Amino acid sequence: MSWTFVFVLAGTAYLFKVLGLVVIGDRVLPPPLARCLALIPAALLAAIVVKDTFSSGQDLVLDARALGVGAAALAAWRRVPLIGVIVIGAVVTAVARAIA
Amino acid sequence: MLRDPRMRQVIGACVTLGFAVGVFAIAFGVSAVSAGASVAQACAMSLLVFTGASQFSAVSVIGSGGTAAAAFGGAAVLAARNGVYGLAMSPHLRGSLGSRLVAAQLTIDESTAMAVAQDDPEHRRAAFWVTGASVYVFWNTGTLVGALLGSAVDPEKFGLDAAFPAAFVTILFPLLRERVPRRAAVTGAVVCLALIPFVPVGVPILCATVGVLFGLPEPSPDETDAVVAA
Repeated sequence: MSWTFVFVLAGTAYLFKVLGLVVIGDRVLPPPLARCLALIPAALLAAIVVKDTFSSGQDLVLDARALGVGAAALAAWRRVPLIGVIVIGAVVTAVARAIA
Repeated sequence: MLRDPRMRQVIGACVTLGFAVGVFAIAFGVSAVSAGASVAQACAMSLLVFTGASQFSAVSVIGSGGTAAAAFGGAAVLAARNGVYGLAMSPHLRGSLGSRLVAAQLTIDESTAMAVAQDDPEHRRAAFWVTGASVYVFWNTGTLVGALLGSAVDPEKFGLDAAFPAAFVTILFPLLRERVPRRAAVTGAVVCLALIPFVPVGVPILCATVGVLFGLPEPSPDETDAVVAA
């Protein structure tokens, strides 16, 4: 990995952040657009969860992570605090992987 | 401010999330070094890039023999969503240009999600800053620890690869209480899964944004749980 890569990626990542929050962000948005933007975390977080649970690169897979994240979801639903949910997710995944 | 029990609860949850992300950062440090980054490069990525999904995607592409261009492409696509988070957070983060430039660096999945999960402007601002700052501290500490541990640890053996989605599930749940965000989430998840086999890594996440279109129609008055514009 080269330092150029690190710095170019850092610059790009910061550019996106500033573009949204500072450059465009000051305008008052039309209500439909504002309603859509408010939905971004729901849509993207759900996507990230299924991607991290059911995929490996470009392959769809069903492995120990599905059990772990399933147990974590159950715990979250039962209002277990965050750190507990994470520990449950990791431990169930590790145990399922060790058994398999 | 800290006498407000609700505020204490919010701050506690935000710091806890930061800590959890820090555990996950150990996995990043380990992965980065095993993909050929030096300890300094791994730490520089966490300090400067500071958006976990992009960093993971970059080291995983490079680690599996991909070109720097491919690694950059996927990571940049993932980083683009922070721009969209910035748009969503902007109404809540009015202030001096300097403070907004700092806030920009902290605009990531966790800080945005914790902020939008709150009911009023004061708690939103607090959730954003506390989550952003605590994730920044723990993410960088964890990266350093992981990079120093290097290949001595296998993150998968401890189920650390499930820690990230498990944390996100917890953040996601409160958002699913209302009908419109629930539809957006289900659509995002389905679109992402359907595209994974067919498009480059990183792109399905961006396409999942289509779920936000449920926000277009004006919420009907009888829909008591309709989404409220931010």
